[in-house]
Amino acid sequence: MQTGKASWLRLRTPVLWLALLAAMGTLSLYASPYTVIMVTNILMYVILTVSWVLFSAPTGYISLATAAFFGVGIYTSATLGGQLPLPLIILTAGAASFVLAALVGALTLRLKGVYFAFFTFGLVELIKHLLLWYEVSVTGVRGRFVVSADNVTIYYVILGILVALLLTSYLIRRSRVGLALQAIGEGEDAAAHTGINVSAVKTFVFALSAVFAGAAGAAMATRWGYVDPYIAFDYLFSFTAVAMAVFGGLGRFEGPILGAVVFAFLRELLITRFPYVYMLVMGSLLVVTILYLPQGLVQLAQKSTWRRLRGHREPA
Amino acid sequence: MSLLEVEGITKNFGGLAAVSHVDLRVDEGEVVGLIGPNGAGKTTLFNLLSGALKPSSGAIRFRGENITGLKPHQICRKGLARTFQSVKVFGGMSASRNVLAGAIFGDGGRVSPKQADEEVARLLESVGLSAVADVPARDLKLANQKRLEVARALATKPELLLIDELMAGLNPSEVGQAMDLVAAIRERGTTIFIIEHVMKAIMGICGRIIVLHHGEKLAEGTPQEIATSRAVVEVYLGE
Repeated sequence: MQTGKASWLRLRTPVLWLALLAAMGTLSLYASPYTVIMVTNILMYVILTVSWVLFSAPTGYISLATAAFFGVGIYTSATLGGQLPLPLIILTAGAASFVLAALVGALTLRLKGVYFAFFTFGLVELIKHLLLWYEVSVTGVRGRFVVSADNVTIYYVILGILVALLLTSYLIRRSRVGLALQAIGEGEDAAAHTGINVSAVKTFVFALSAVFAGAAGAAMATRWGYVDPYIAFDYLFSFTAVAMAVFGGLGRFEGPILGAVVFAFLRELLITRFPYVYMLVMGSLLVVTILYLPQGLVQLAQKSTWRRLRGHREPA
Repeated sequence: MSLLEVEGITKNFGGLAAVSHVDLRVDEGEVVGLIGPNGAGKTTLFNLLSGALKPSSGAIRFRGENITGLKPHQICRKGLARTFQSVKVFGGMSASRNVLAGAIFGDGGRVSPKQADEEVARLLESVGLSAVADVPARDLKLANQKRLEVARALATKPELLLIDELMAGLNPSEVGQAMDLVAAIRERGTTIFIIEHVMKAIMGICGRIIVLHHGEKLAEGTPQEIATSRAVVEVYLGE
């Protein structure tokens, strides 16, 4: 009995993840077409959030470049759609985002704190306006039509990108790179004097995290059918990724996933049912969470939180 | 050939020369002390040696190789490690994970996970932190955080260890333990270059002492010579 219980506890997490994966992997067989589209949207936000967390959570560098990498993916799809098969487009988009992030990272990861945040925010705007200038003065059109794929295919592609991202995050956390990244977040100078090649590790993980945002952009573009620079390089994607991660909680692996799922689901629900109060409710929810659950939604899973919320004092 | 040879090293911050034309050498197996009044340029000199700062002019040779201008992680991997005046442990990480980072990255990632774990256990034992191996570094008391920094630096397998004020802020019994630790590190064959303000300690553990004043080398000699040097006494006590 004792050993049975212990081995169940050890297996519980992997079993739950596999069950979830099985349910997600067969979604199109039992869910309505609308549900598939909605879940695709939610998973897209999970990808953006978790890819942001991969680099920014351990290092403390607040990147607002998510929308830039996402947009690069979207435009890769818009440019290559119809010329290459979808998997190749997705890979190309991931590679393009990797290269952009590596260049930006090598140039700017010396910037710290708010300077890095501002630069990455500026990057989104810079690319948006460069592209706009190019489209207007060279191609003569503002937007582009994207060769579309069917909703079920897009869903499975997005799910595949998410699974690859989660596996990558998990492996990085347990690897030497993860140790280096954590040390950098704790103290960059000390990390460098401990033999860690700080710039190389930061640039590599920043670029790696961009791959998934780019791939997601390429997949989602095929659903939207039409894109222009304003749609593709919308800085709200950057802010939403940060907000969702903080909302869920950065302290645990599951936190940002939970945050993105709940946040994105509420967004879908409110935007369709209560479009006029949508922003009001989302804003209030964020404020309340930060005030009462500073470690995010995952805090609800801790018993001490419930005692505190009911007015009990922590034992000293 | 000396382990460390420094020639005419200079560091200017704007118009101020924090370190000015300093020559020095450290031989294998020595414990060399670096003293001087506040603002004399001691920590700046350590920052130059470890690559945290680039010198304005001058050359640094380690084991005969010119390491001037190399990055901190490169210098660390060549066998020159350091600790910090204001402790810089990885606060959110356990004591053992702090040392693990040194063991893994100090030699460029060649060590196997098993070897690294053994090395971490051995080092925590040698600095007396085995009991708190799983405690987050920020929860350790100051004396133990300083010992942890030493263990993390030793994990990178240095031939020369720069120790920046191991004893500041410690009580007398902790100072005694810190002196024993320095002696033990020397016993295992690591050369030591140490900045210290606790005079009793520095006189007791160093074979040779270098005195900095206004960024320049004022004196150099055995502890007895330094303690009786007129120039040094004037710098510390006024005329």
